[in-house]
Amino acid sequence: MKKVLGIFLLLVFICVATALLSDRFLTAFNIENLIRRSALFGILSIGAAFVIITSGIDLSIGSVVCLIGCLLPWMLVECEMSVPMALTMVTGISLFIGLTHGLLITKVKLQPFVVTLCGLLFYRGLTRGLVKDQTQGFRGEFSSLRSLSQGQLAIPGTDFGIPNPCLILVFVAILAIILLNFTVYGRYMLALGRNETATRFSGINTDRMTILAYVICGLLSGLGGMLFVLDVGSAQPVDFGNFYELYAIAGAVLGGCSLRGGQGTIIGVVIGAAVMQVLKNTITLVDAIPTNIEYAVIGAVILGGVVTDELVKSFAAKRRAKLGK
Amino acid sequence: MTESSTVPFLQACDLTKSFSGVKALRGVTLEVERGEVHAVIGENGAGKSTLMKILAGVQPQDEGQILINGLEVPLKGVDQALEQGIALIHQELNLADNLNVGSNIFLGREPTRYGLIDSNQIYSEASQYLKMVGLEIDPRTLVENLTIGVQQMVEIAKALSVNARVLIMDEPTSSLSQLETEELFRVISNLKSQGVTIIYISHRLFEIKEIADRVTILRDGKNAGQLEKDAITHDAMVEAMVGRDISQFYSRETREPGETVLSVQALRTQTWPQHEVNLKVRAGEMVSIAGLVGAGRTELLRAIFGVDPSSSGIITLSGQSLTKHNCRTAINLGMAMIPEDRKSEGLILETGSRNNIGLPGLDRHRINGIFVNAAKEKSDAERMKREMRIKSAHDSQPVQYLSGGNQQKVVIGKWLSMNPTILLLDEPTRGVDIGAKQEIYRLMEELTAKGVGILFVSSEMEEVLSMSDRVLVMHEGRIAGELTRDRASEESIMHLATGGQPSALMTEENN
Repeated sequence: MKKVLGIFLLLVFICVATALLSDRFLTAFNIENLIRRSALFGILSIGAAFVIITSGIDLSIGSVVCLIGCLLPWMLVECEMSVPMALTMVTGISLFIGLTHGLLITKVKLQPFVVTLCGLLFYRGLTRGLVKDQTQGFRGEFSSLRSLSQGQLAIPGTDFGIPNPCLILVFVAILAIILLNFTVYGRYMLALGRNETATRFSGINTDRMTILAYVICGLLSGLGGMLFVLDVGSAQPVDFGNFYELYAIAGAVLGGCSLRGGQGTIIGVVIGAAVMQVLKNTITLVDAIPTNIEYAVIGAVILGGVVTDELVKSFAAKRRAKLGK
Repeated sequence: MTESSTVPFLQACDLTKSFSGVKALRGVTLEVERGEVHAVIGENGAGKSTLMKILAGVQPQDEGQILINGLEVPLKGVDQALEQGIALIHQELNLADNLNVGSNIFLGREPTRYGLIDSNQIYSEASQYLKMVGLEIDPRTLVENLTIGVQQMVEIAKALSVNARVLIMDEPTSSLSQLETEELFRVISNLKSQGVTIIYISHRLFEIKEIADRVTILRDGKNAGQLEKDAITHDAMVEAMVGRDISQFYSRETREPGETVLSVQALRTQTWPQHEVNLKVRAGEMVSIAGLVGAGRTELLRAIFGVDPSSSGIITLSGQSLTKHNCRTAINLGMAMIPEDRKSEGLILETGSRNNIGLPGLDRHRINGIFVNAAKEKSDAERMKREMRIKSAHDSQPVQYLSGGNQQKVVIGKWLSMNPTILLLDEPTRGVDIGAKQEIYRLMEELTAKGVGILFVSSEMEEVLSMSDRVLVMHEGRIAGELTRDRASEESIMHLATGGQPSALMTEENN
């Protein structure tokens, strides 16, 4: 909880600072948009968190977002598939991708970094070849489907509404919290992330749990890809979802996941993802910060966050050692 | 030695060495003459390896001196030892197998020409050293393409290339074939004739009888005697190695064992696929597996538990026969295992005793198919903490902050909460203090009283002798013999563990 508090304070600080520096921050339009973007990236970060908790990594998230984001309009518009059919297809593909990653990592014993790096290249190339680099869009149709991302739940008595992606995020996050903290599978994932051998010695099928983590990540990447394209309305295969895996991983790490595995909370991860989006928003809105140093600012904030975390930890360890004596 | 006018070539006087409070050497003296093959033997943990590491400069001694030709020499670091001409041939070979033979021999002191490595000189000089150890291979051969035996010769050639006068060989034949061993012995006698001194460590007493000029025996970090060439016999060595006073350090009552709870038939481990292992453990019986380090005891236990795949064999547990099982099946049928290395295999160090104890039972006690039964987990952990007398601040305190004994109790508690019918323990008291040791023995005793069958591996002779109803002695992957409680003694166990014939034991005892 302490860890979540730290990242939450960082989020509050950035929000307050931005609100003071720009009068465009606290407008209904900006806030709604910000919440929508944060929710979409939050979904990706939760997926990344599961693989990171099992001490793995998934670099293919952005490319899966691209693949699904282009395939969905392509199937609906070019192939004229029915909506349920297209949704089933994209879900099946995301699941298959996660399963393949998991099997390659556990059964063929390849390194997660290598497997998902190949995935990053492969799905991007596959998408571009499949749709011949053409931008895929909904051509103004499928408005009911697009309301999944664009719509909002109006709060009675106000002008505000909660964007639908935020509701989806809450739903996904609750499921993830239950899975990670209250089911035996979550326990197994946390345990194997810390010490795979000891977990295996306890009679737990660690391979199956690792595969489960990659399947979850694949499914959430697919869900993210779907929601992103429904939100934007069209996807260019060349750069749709570019770098999204890095935002997802950064959000998870900022939210308290250790790349050594076995550590992390879903709430922290969701806040971590939000920090990334608010930061991007800040850079856009505050005139004093030139937009072209966006990546430098984000990189510096993540670095600052993890350094502070490490310093706090070693300070706590020292104090504990002193108290121990 | 009769009064000799000259001082010994290499002398180590009153060496002591402690590792975090545990005394590995308590005043060991070693005297080696120039050009002799001097064997150093002792049981597991007698201090052989520590002594050798000090001589080779790998670790400094706490007290004591090392003299060459009567002059004290500093041996702080491997480079200083090499300067004095002392080289250690490690048990695990230390060659870079991606480089070729010549490059390995000259690694770190490559001759250069115009600032570049002079390959021609490397290969021509390497060939000379290779000839000295009877190798006629191209020095451009990659080390990874050589057999272990040849790699060892390359190590010796490398030592000779730095003008080593003393070669320390730590278990040099442990992974060699019979032919390779004979070849090694030929090289050793050849080196001896050139005035090179060999310090030879081995568990294989028959080899020592063959090549050693003198034997120094260590026991519990102290000298336990020396044998001259003519006096080196298998029996004399065993007697000197074990001749310890076994006071009643833990006594247990024996009782009539019940039905068979574990039966292992024709099991072949992947490490020793050439040997079949058969064994049985009955309810309430305490069976130990004794043997020297590397005899395949841990591998056997892991194969029985199912964490390592076995090549073939049948395990029968609670009336069910299993082939190629995994440990989950074994656990569900009432088996539990306390592994050798609790930190890497037994515990998740960063979490508390509650989660560690609860881990194997999560599956059995889950609610509605998927949910953790937190209440059961908590009550199990509390019960174990009480019964095992685990000392921790609270049950979420990461177990890495507990003492070795308490950590071991957490590992044992983790499995007792599963109510096993057969418990496997690998070195159950390694690295725990004497108080915790007694508690672990008491616990093992209580478990057998309740009818649990226990199969444990131990390198501690007292533990084996005082706890076991039966002792299975392993030697190089097979069970070399079985001793009942009344027949088991340090001598009989060491005899079997060092490759002695069980038949010889019979006649010996009949005499």
